[in-house]
Amino acid sequence: MNSDFLPTAKPMARLIEELHRLPGVGPKSAQRLAYHLLSASEEQARALAEAIVALKEKIILCSSCQNITETTPCSICQDQRRDRSLICVVERPMEILALERTRGYKGLYHVLHGAISPMDGVGPEDLKVRELLARLQDNKVHEIILATNPNLEGEATTMYLQRLITPMGIRVTRLARGLPFGSDLEYADEVTLTRALEGRQEV
Amino acid sequence: MSIPRLYNTEAIVLRKLELGEADSILTLYTPHQGKIKAVAKGIRKAKSKIGGHAELLVHSQMLLARAKSLDTITQSQTIDSFIGLRNDLWATSSALYVAELVDRFTEESEESQPVFRLLLETLRRLCNARHKELALRYFEVHLFRLLGYQPELHQCVACHTSLRPSSCYFTPDGGGVLCSNCRHRNLVVCPLSLNALKVFRFIQAQPFAEVDRLKVGPSLAGELKQVMRRYIRYLLERELKCAGWLDRLERESPVSG
Repeated sequence: MNSDFLPTAKPMARLIEELHRLPGVGPKSAQRLAYHLLSASEEQARALAEAIVALKEKIILCSSCQNITETTPCSICQDQRRDRSLICVVERPMEILALERTRGYKGLYHVLHGAISPMDGVGPEDLKVRELLARLQDNKVHEIILATNPNLEGEATTMYLQRLITPMGIRVTRLARGLPFGSDLEYADEVTLTRALEGRQEV
Repeated sequence: MSIPRLYNTEAIVLRKLELGEADSILTLYTPHQGKIKAVAKGIRKAKSKIGGHAELLVHSQMLLARAKSLDTITQSQTIDSFIGLRNDLWATSSALYVAELVDRFTEESEESQPVFRLLLETLRRLCNARHKELALRYFEVHLFRLLGYQPELHQCVACHTSLRPSSCYFTPDGGGVLCSNCRHRNLVVCPLSLNALKVFRFIQAQPFAEVDRLKVGPSLAGELKQVMRRYIRYLLERELKCAGWLDRLERESPVSG
């Protein structure tokens, strides 16, 4: 969208154009948001602007786990109560939030920032694989939990990492494949059901 | 009579692109419409009913709803998820290579039941064939036959005389083989051993069950692969993304294909 063609004041046109670039924001939503911000209070508008600037200025990647953080090493990597012999490998930072909500995991993390996808030309060198291998050099890690997404790219990433890490004498595990809580068995696909049967447990 | 809004089709998922928060655009290969693109809503949520039934390289029975631009997948039931592929990185990557070839070489909405059957059979072979590398070569040779790119392997493409049983030269832009007298007629040639020529002819003429019984050593398998790669590179005018990845896997830990 070119702001020169919008018959409105220049600053308004510029904001509409910037908002329009965000994912899922069409031209109409961009206009509505811009007019909303115009009528919002001075503080509200300033808070939003400052939050956006702070995001870009203050967020860095943790030198150890590659998670997004303000300080490096990040708060999880610094926490002395966490088990340093255990690393859980995830594709994206958001997945750490999901795992932390379980309150059941006390080890460290490693964020790959993607998954191997040969068709999109994404290989191991585009991910934080080298950084992961570097963390395993000091023999303190006893187990790697591969928590990639349960899809083809995630499985490919898991198989690739397993091939690299197993020869180092470290235990490599992956999250169980099973049925999501609150769902229906009849809609489960064959891969999930096969894996769920393989991994069945005594009750 | 109006066209019904919902329709049933078998489909194999070739590609998946993320769309918005939880949706995906899938590239499907179907027996009656050829390659189509369709939206799968909410497919990336853990509790999606379509989820694993429309994952990459799954053969499913789907119900689609027609829409102005992209049709929507409303139901999906797996027919075969090729589980044998999914525990082996090389087999998974080879299957992606096959899917990429079909995606690159076909146009949308061009029906081809033979291509659909070849794709389905190849995915099955990558699960359980004895010689999985040969399953890839068989797929390439027959895909080209079905799409009209079958290379000439019985007579010289320049002088049209029958080839004598000796080494010859493969020319991608000539679409076949040159005899040793005509090799200088074309600048882009690669040498083709007599054994490689024989294997290619055998693949063209015989069913896969016969091809799978061949004994092909690593150097001959490598030559067959390189010849096909050059031909594909010439036809597409680009490198297949999965090809580089397969080569890398083979370099890092050689497979017995």
